[in-house]
Amino acid sequence: MRIDCPLCGARDRREFSVLGDAAMAVRPEVGADTQTWSDWLHLRDNTAGRLRELWYHEGGCAAWLVVERDTVSHAVHGVSLVGASDAD
Amino acid sequence: MRIEGRGRVDRGTPLRFRFDGREMEGFGGDTLASALMGAGVGVVGRSFKYHRPRGVLTDGSAEPNALVTIGDEPNIRATMQPLFHGLQAVSQNRWPSLGFDLMAVNDLAAPFLGAGFYYKTFMWPQRFWERLYEPMIRRAAGLGALSGKPPEEHYETAFAFCDLLVIGAGPAGLMAALTAAQAGAEVILCDEDAAPGGRLLAEVEDVGGVAGHLWAAGMAERLRGLGVRVMPRTTVTGAYDQGTYGALEQVVPAGVHPGGAPRECFWRIAARRAVLCTGALERPIAFRDNDRPGVMLAGALRAYVNRWGVAPGRRVAVFGNNDDAHRTARDAAAAGLKVVALVDSRPDAVNLAGDVPFMPGWQVTQAIGRGGLRAIRLAGPGGRGRMLEVDGLGVSGGWNPSVHLTSHMGARPVWDPGLAAFVPSEAAVPGMSVAGSARGRMGTAACLRDGAERGVEAAGELGLRASMPDLPEAGDDLLRLRALWAVPGKGRAWVDFQNDVTVKDVRQAASEGYGTVEHMKRYTTQGMATDQGKSSNVVALALLAQATGRDIPGTGTTTFRPPFVPVSIAAMGAGGRGKRFAPERRTTTDALSRAMGAPMIEAGLWYRSAYFPREGETTWRQACDREVRMVRQTVGVCEVSTLGKIAVSGPEAGRFLDLVYTNTMSTLAEGRVRYGLMLREDGHVMDDGTVSRLSAHDFLLTTTTAAAGQVMRHLDFVQQAYAPRMALRLVSVTEHWAQFAVAGPLARGVVDGLLDAPMGDLPFMGCRAVTVGGVGARLFRISFSGELGFEIAVPARYGESLFRALLGRAEALGGGAYGLEALNVLRIEKGFLTHAEMHGRVTAFDLGMHRMIAPGKDCIGKALASRPGLVAEDREMLVGLWVAGDRAPLAGAHLFAEGASPVSENDQGYVTSACWSPTLEQWLALGFLKNGRARQGERLRMVDHLRRLDVACNVAEAVAFDPDGGRMRG
Repeated sequence: MRIDCPLCGARDRREFSVLGDAAMAVRPEVGADTQTWSDWLHLRDNTAGRLRELWYHEGGCAAWLVVERDTVSHAVHGVSLVGASDAD
Repeated sequence: MRIEGRGRVDRGTPLRFRFDGREMEGFGGDTLASALMGAGVGVVGRSFKYHRPRGVLTDGSAEPNALVTIGDEPNIRATMQPLFHGLQAVSQNRWPSLGFDLMAVNDLAAPFLGAGFYYKTFMWPQRFWERLYEPMIRRAAGLGALSGKPPEEHYETAFAFCDLLVIGAGPAGLMAALTAAQAGAEVILCDEDAAPGGRLLAEVEDVGGVAGHLWAAGMAERLRGLGVRVMPRTTVTGAYDQGTYGALEQVVPAGVHPGGAPRECFWRIAARRAVLCTGALERPIAFRDNDRPGVMLAGALRAYVNRWGVAPGRRVAVFGNNDDAHRTARDAAAAGLKVVALVDSRPDAVNLAGDVPFMPGWQVTQAIGRGGLRAIRLAGPGGRGRMLEVDGLGVSGGWNPSVHLTSHMGARPVWDPGLAAFVPSEAAVPGMSVAGSARGRMGTAACLRDGAERGVEAAGELGLRASMPDLPEAGDDLLRLRALWAVPGKGRAWVDFQNDVTVKDVRQAASEGYGTVEHMKRYTTQGMATDQGKSSNVVALALLAQATGRDIPGTGTTTFRPPFVPVSIAAMGAGGRGKRFAPERRTTTDALSRAMGAPMIEAGLWYRSAYFPREGETTWRQACDREVRMVRQTVGVCEVSTLGKIAVSGPEAGRFLDLVYTNTMSTLAEGRVRYGLMLREDGHVMDDGTVSRLSAHDFLLTTTTAAAGQVMRHLDFVQQAYAPRMALRLVSVTEHWAQFAVAGPLARGVVDGLLDAPMGDLPFMGCRAVTVGGVGARLFRISFSGELGFEIAVPARYGESLFRALLGRAEALGGGAYGLEALNVLRIEKGFLTHAEMHGRVTAFDLGMHRMIAPGKDCIGKALASRPGLVAEDREMLVGLWVAGDRAPLAGAHLFAEGASPVSENDQGYVTSACWSPTLEQWLALGFLKNGRARQGERLRMVDHLRRLDVACNVAEAVAFDPDGGRMRG
C-alpha cells in the first residue's frame, strides 16, 4: 500500500501508522454529556466501502493525515492534512 | 541423455556435480533438471502421498515433481536451479533411497487413501490426533525436511521505483519495455529466467531474421542501452495495493557459498504502471499412470531438446489436443530422435510436424514403466488399440495464460471457450495491463504487436508520447485446440502431481457433496501444494464441472494468491532480525559505563546502566544497596538522557499545554518547573513528566522513557487536529541533550563548582540556562530520588565529558555513579510513578491525583475521566505495602484479606513494583488495592501462586520515606 502524503509525496505504508476512523479528528463540544463523549470515543461503523481514516506519517514529516480509503478494494481516494480538512 | 550437436549449452564448459552421491557431468547453461536428464537420470523424486517415483514434468517454475535438497535448503525446483561445478543435490521424500522407498507401500494401499481418507479415518479417539495420527501422517507425507539451522547465507530486502514495471521478458515484455523506454519512461524489466526471451529460449524460431533467443539477447542489450533496468532471475511474486509489487531475485544459486553477495533479495517495487507479460503455462492431459517418469509436458520436452540438447530417451511420442504439440514432434525429429508417434486426440487434425507417424483421433490411455517410461497404450477410432515402446512422452492439453498476478487483488479471470482457458478480466489490478500470451494472444507476432501496443498505452498514461516501433518479422501460429481433460479408462490418472490428486479423487469429492471448487480443493488438497496447482487447476475445475453437470464458468474460477512462486521466509523477512529488528539506542555514556563494568538493562530500545559494581561486590543487590545509601547520604550521578524531551514553543504554547495536561501550565512562571499528568481521551493516564518554562514562549516537556514515542504522536495529533490555528511548534529533542541527575545531600557542591557562574538560590522546581566550560546548558532543580537534586543537560556531544567531570567531583565527596536499579529503589521509597504503575488501566483517581484535573478548563480525557465507573470507591487505588519477614515481595503478586482464601473471587488488588529498601531496612512494594486509600494500616496477604509467595504485608501511604519532602525541598 502507498499513501500520497500532501507534504512528502507517495510513500510506502511502512512509513505510516494508522489510528482509525477520522471521527476522532473532531471532539464533541466541551460540556457535552458523558454519553455523547462515550459514543464518540467507542462507537464505530464497520464500513465496507469508503472510510475516512487517520494516518500518521511517523517515518516522514509527522503530519496527521485523513486518508479516504475503500476498505473493500483498498483504493485510496484522497489524502489531506488533518487540520486542513476538519477546521475549515 | 545428451543429443549431440543440439542445444544452446556451453559444451566447452563441463561441470561436475553430484545427485544422491553419484557423480555426473553437465554443461554451462544447464539447469539441474536438464543436467540430470542429460546424465540419464529419470527418477528425480518421490511423490508427496503415495511415494511414487517421479520425473521432471516442466522446464520452469511450475515444476511439481523435481524438488531436491541442496545444502540445507529443501524443495529447490531442479528446473530453476542453475548448474555449477561441485553442486551437490539430494532427492527428497524417500527412505532409505530414491530407488527403494519403504513408504511406497502407500501406493499399494491407494484404494484406501483417496480424498477425505484422513478426515474419515482418524476421527477418534480425539486425543490420538495430536499424539499419534498427525505425527505419523507428517512423517509419511511431505516434501523436503528443514535443517532446523538458521540460514548461513544472508538475504536482503530492497526497494525499487519505476514508471513502468514489465513482468516477463518474452516477446511481449521486450517490446513493451522498448516502446516505453524509447518514450522516456524509467522501466524495470523482470524475468524469472537467467536469460531474456521467455518461450523463445525453447524454440527453433526466427524473429526479425535471426534465431529467437539471439534476437531476445540483442533486445536486452538494446534495452540496457536505453537505461532499462533488466533484472534476470527475478520472479515477480505478487501484485499489491497502489502499484506495489513483490519480486524475488535469486542473486546466487542454492548451494553456492556466496561470499559477500546475498543468496536472495526480496524486492518491493513501486511502479506507476505495469505490464504483465508472463506468457502461458502448458497443462497436461490426465490418463492412467500419466505420472510415470519420462512423461512430461510437450513444450517442456521441446525445451529440453532445443535449449539444452537433452531428452528422456531416443524413442519419444507426443500426445496432444492442439497444434502446438506438433512442434514438439517436429523439433524432436529434427534433433534426430525417433518420433514413434504424434498422437492428436482430434480426428480432423492435420499433421504439421512433417515426416512423423501421425495418429489423429487417437488417445494415450496408459503409460507403462514404474521406474521409467517403457511403453504407452493407445486407443483409436473404432475401438482399436495399440501399444508402442517409447522412453519419452510429451503431453499437451493446451496452454493456460499465466493470469496469476491479475487475481492477486481479488479479480477473477474469465473463461475463453476458444482457448479452453482463463484469460484476465479487464482492469483486474489498477495500473496494470496484460500483453501477449498472458491474455491469450498466442503467436509470436501477436505477442510482439500486443507488447508494443501495451507499451505505447502505458507510456501515454504516464504522460509520455510513444509511437509504435517497427515490429520484427515473426511467425504467428494460432493455437487451435479441442479441449480434452482426461482420457476415459481404468486406473489412476493424475491431475495434481505435487499433492497426488487423481481424476477419481475429484469425482469422489463431487459425489460426496463437495461440488464447489473451493470445497473440492479443500477435500482433495488439489492446487494447495507449493506449485499452487499451476498445471492442475484448470483440469481439476473442468473435471468437477463434468462431474456436477455444469459448464466451467458456472462451476467457478481458480483464485491465485501471492506469492506466484514459493518465497523463503529468510528472504521476505531479511533485515528483520537482530539489531535491524530492534536497533540499539545508546546513551552518551554507554561506552564509559560499560568500561566501568556496568551491566546494561534494555529500556525499550535504549540500553541503560543497571549498576556500577565495585570491588568485593558479588551480587547486583550489594551494588544497588550501596548506590541507594550513597545517594541518601552523599551524592550520586545518573544519566537520565533516555527520558523523552519535547520542545514546545510559540505564543500559544501555554494554552496548548493546558489542553494536553490535566493541570494548568499556561500560568507557570518563567524559570519554573511543574509536574504534569497527561490523560488519554478515555480518561486513563497516558504519561507523567515535568514541564519547564524556559522563557515566555519556550516550554520543555519531559516524558517517561517508555512513552516518549506515544506522547510525541499524541501531541502531534492534538496540535494538528484540535489546535491547528494555535501558534506553536513541537520538536522532539530527546537525542539533542544529554542529561544527568545529580542527587543527594552534597549535590549542590558537585553541580555548583562545575558551572561557569554560581547558581545562587535556584529554588526547588526551578530551572535556568547556565554555561559549563563555555557550553550552553540547562539546569533544573527537580528530584526523582527524594533528595536534594539537580538535572543538568548539555548538548549530547558533551555528555560523556560532563559525566566524567560530575563523577570526579562526586567521588571526591564520597559519592559516585548510580544506575537504574538504585534509581528504581529510590523512587519506590518515595512512591514516585513509572509505567509499572501507569500501565494503561489506571486513572488519576486511582493514583490519588484527581485533584490535578483543573476544574476551570478543558483537557484531553477530562470528560470521560468523570464517568461513574472511573471514580468509584471500590476502584483499586495506589498504596504502599510494607512486607513483614525476609521474603522478597514480587511485582505481579495479588492481595487478599488476611483470613480469605487466595482465589480470584477474593482478589483485592496487585503489586506493581517491589524492592528492598536499604534506607528503611525493609521490603517495600507499591500496588493497587480496592478502596486502598481508606485501608491504611490494614494487614493483608500477598500471594503469588506461580512463584510460591505467601507473605503478610501492611497497607501504607505510597510515600514510604520522607513523606513531607523536606529533603528535596531543603
